Amino acid sequence: MSDHSKSSPLPTYFAVFIALLIGTGLTVYAASLDLGPFNAPVALTIASIKATLVALFFMHVKGASEKLTKLVVIGALFFLLLLLGLTMTDYATRAWS
Amino acid sequence: MPDSTVVGLHNEEQHNPALLHHFAEPQQQRDAASLGMWVFLATEVMFFGGLFCAYLIYRLKYFGDFGAASKTLDVRLGATNTAVLICSSLTVVLAVWAAQTARRTLLIVSIGLTMVLGLVFLGIKGVEYNDKFVEHHVPGASFSFEKVPIPGHPNQYADPHHAQLFFSLYFVMTGLHALHMIIGLGIFLWLLIMAWKGRFTPEWHTPVEIGGLYWHFVDIIWIYLFPLLYLIDRHP
Repeated sequence: MSDHSKSSPLPTYFAVFIALLIGTGLTVYAASLDLGPFNAPVALTIASIKATLVALFFMHVKGASEKLTKLVVIGALFFLLLLLGLTMTDYATRAWS
Repeated sequence: MPDSTVVGLHNEEQHNPALLHHFAEPQQQRDAASLGMWVFLATEVMFFGGLFCAYLIYRLKYFGDFGAASKTLDVRLGATNTAVLICSSLTVVLAVWAAQTARRTLLIVSIGLTMVLGLVFLGIKGVEYNDKFVEHHVPGASFSFEKVPIPGHPNQYADPHHAQLFFSLYFVMTGLHALHMIIGLGIFLWLLIMAWKGRFTPEWHTPVEIGGLYWHFVDIIWIYLFPLLYLIDRHP
């Protein structure tokens, strides 16, 4: 929540807004294509880019004056990936034994 | 700092009345509020994360059955809802900007628009839930999923038990998300009332920023819910 006294943030907001809508259209379109095993990674990548745009620009993480805020955001992401990743080391490898 | 023991008495030093005394500067106070909300959002990430984890496990285990179940969801309604929430995130940042630049009318209009979009989202969700009810896809005694082909394997039918699992996850995940939307609407109603009363100034509009953070988070959850629930196995 730092000061944006130099220039208006509005152009950035509208650019991110358009990017989010384009991303949504892209996701729907990509789902209609047969990308083999890459349908899910593509969908999740687009979703992650959209989420990152919302977090960085709409939630003002980019340019935040408090470094702790960025640490909490990264920390939450880390623990989520830990939850998903380590759980899948069990379930995804059950067929191996 | 002035050495006053009576609240409200400032002898030598004048400061913004919005600055609470246990903070050294207004920016620090704003940072503390933002940090507090982010820590809460981190707990929410784990809250939804557990459900996403369950979905991940069973999606991989019952790949075809989940694909068949997912295909019964209406992509147009889901995509529309995604666009609705993206628009509402824009109105939220406009509200924050309006508060920062003392634009009272824009602030009130932006908060109001955000609420309208939130209600539109819930309305479309209601239509979707009704569709599921009519098609007997609501888990429970009346659940029915007979002779639905697995995408890509037209001769194989989906296992109804596994399809019911998909719909259980669908209703819990979107239901929990909708509950967060309803709570968000309550928060924004309060923001609307405060804004109408002129309580927000460029020096102090913390509830608008914090409420905005919550709303953006709910949007982010939906950004992931939409492709994972609606768009698996959609290609011909």
